[in-house]
Amino acid sequence: MKQTPVEVNAPVALTRRRFLKTGSGVLMGTLMATGGTLAALAPSRTWALTMSALTDAEGDKLLKVTRAIFPHDTLDDAVYALVVKDLDAAAAGDANVAKLLRAGLQDLDQRVSGDWASLDYLARENIVIKMAGTDFFEKIRGTSVVSLYNNEMAWAHFGYEGASYDKGGYFDRGFQDLNWLPDPDTNASPAKA
Amino acid sequence: MANIALDDDTAVVVIGSGAGGGTLANELCQKGIKVVVLEAGARESAQTFQNDEWGSFGQLSWLDKRTTSGSWRVARDFSGLPAWICKTVGGSTTHWAGASLRIQEHEFKALTNYGKVEGANLLDWPLTLQDLEPYYDKAEKKMGVTRTNGIPGLPGNNNFKVMYDGAKKLGYKDCHTGRMAINSRNRDGRAHCRQLGFCFQGCKMDAKWSTMNSEIPMAEKTGNLDLRPKAQVVKIEHDKSGKVNAVVYADADGNLQKQMARVVCVAGNSIETPRLLLNSESSKHPDGLANSSGQVGRNYMRHMTGSVYATFDKPVHMWRGTTMTGIITDESRHDPARGFVGGYEMETLSLGLPFMAAFLDPGGWGRDFCRAMDNYANMAGMWLVGEDMPQENNRITAHASEKDQFGMPVPNVHFDDHPNDIAMREHAFGQGQAIYEAAGANQVYPVPPYPSTHNLGTCRMSAKSADGVVNGNGQAHDIDNLFISDGSQFTTGASENPTLTIVTLAIRQADYIAKQMSMKAI
Repeated sequence: MKQTPVEVNAPVALTRRRFLKTGSGVLMGTLMATGGTLAALAPSRTWALTMSALTDAEGDKLLKVTRAIFPHDTLDDAVYALVVKDLDAAAAGDANVAKLLRAGLQDLDQRVSGDWASLDYLARENIVIKMAGTDFFEKIRGTSVVSLYNNEMAWAHFGYEGASYDKGGYFDRGFQDLNWLPDPDTNASPAKA
Repeated sequence: MANIALDDDTAVVVIGSGAGGGTLANELCQKGIKVVVLEAGARESAQTFQNDEWGSFGQLSWLDKRTTSGSWRVARDFSGLPAWICKTVGGSTTHWAGASLRIQEHEFKALTNYGKVEGANLLDWPLTLQDLEPYYDKAEKKMGVTRTNGIPGLPGNNNFKVMYDGAKKLGYKDCHTGRMAINSRNRDGRAHCRQLGFCFQGCKMDAKWSTMNSEIPMAEKTGNLDLRPKAQVVKIEHDKSGKVNAVVYADADGNLQKQMARVVCVAGNSIETPRLLLNSESSKHPDGLANSSGQVGRNYMRHMTGSVYATFDKPVHMWRGTTMTGIITDESRHDPARGFVGGYEMETLSLGLPFMAAFLDPGGWGRDFCRAMDNYANMAGMWLVGEDMPQENNRITAHASEKDQFGMPVPNVHFDDHPNDIAMREHAFGQGQAIYEAAGANQVYPVPPYPSTHNLGTCRMSAKSADGVVNGNGQAHDIDNLFISDGSQFTTGASENPTLTIVTLAIRQADYIAKQMSMKAI
């Protein structure tokens, strides 16, 4: 179930709106991080996600909803885009999911009597919070809690190191490297083999 | 490997290949007895195990439909997943953490030592620690348990350092890296632990003992084992006299087969075992096989559990290294002055980022949730595991309408926390928090129970046939050639991780079955 770091088509300039087939969009973005492990994982600083059921406006809005439910301020949009990717796949596979998502997005606009997506992020978040418990909210929350944290970009962001077997485990790679507390006595924690 | 004919009625048929079934099968094979093992899951190996939490979960877990009811929080958070146990050759020994603790003397006599507890169906075990000691010795040797048989303890990881520091500051006396069935040195043809941190996903080093990497290969070498993976048993049949004589199962292609049997041993874990007995009802056994007591499926226990995670100013990297190599045993005593009977263990635990998101606060979201996840690298964790009260109405039943792919009723798992369980959990949360605060935590997160990993008691042992399903040898009170060989036998849950005792009971049961067979009593 592990996902590839990022769905990268040919790098697309974020400002140029590409022509889209009806009912499908391309979600685009630029990595916030310019260095470090996360940037190193992505083949390009710009990324694009081709969707099959959602329009680019819908994809963009869903990304913002996901950010509002799981607000990690410094986590890159590229990671949230993986949630949108899974929501799009679910919408493509099930018309009811597509309907649920579209109705939820319309609901957001109705709640602000305007364009919810154009509000600042805290205002957006305050509206989304009020939808907790709805099927729309739960669909996005339930998808996010897996998709957002089960990819290598998220692991790099949060500092989790993922699979270790291929690297020989942590036996010689820091399983005991915590140095801000004293070491336990050797009866409690014997020396390694 | 043996090839035992379907109409051969001389073999012992063991249902399930985990701690109970896998061990029993090997012990019987070593004595020259022919054994058919019917295992519902597929055969994996160290090569096919995955260092990937969700991937491995899909590979190893029992994901067939189950329903839940009752006031326990698992029914709300994971309504279709009451238990996190396995469907694979080796059963849940592929997934277990390796903690190998003997049940304490006083815990075998829960009713005597705790007295009557309102709402609880407490009973003394029909056997004592002294009865089991020689078999515990054998089990520890077989499994290579650290801190027994001269085997050194495992080296503690970062997560242990935090636990140890807090424990010492709180004045706890017994805190160490545990008694673990994980090799600290190369042993038994299996490598030593390389601190992968994926104990729950099947050990890719084979450093952790499982029936998959030990008992089953040993049994195969004898030429007496006929292991059939992807063989899911749906019914046990009996003859006119009431003795069981055949087992019906769906094979890998979904076709029903019938294997004749001299003896049947059920070791499908404490949900599937009673479910199978209930689904094997007949005119002679209208309430299910071996259920004259009405206790089949009742007294379901899942241990009082909970977790405590805490974040610190500096990195911990708790996922590095053996998951459960760290224990504080001081609270496992019986001391009613704390406001509850029985005791609990505190053991190090970590989850990878994907599972931390799923389990930290099931259903959780928002800024608090994100703040905890943002501090994942600075997090330490422990699991709390203690004795829960057997209750008659905590039970496995055959669902009235939901059927599985073979047309058999799915199991419903009903559980209500007993007030004693709740009092113990509150105490344990408080002590866990105090440990981490002593070690310098800036935020502590008490975490509710995960889907059950320790499923116990649904076909319990009893001295009197009216009180339980099997006798002290795991033999059904009602049917001499039917045995229960897994944790379903447990009369009470005790505070210890149950695998060592399941293995111990299986070794002892094998001696008993072999003797009964040679005497032609069964």
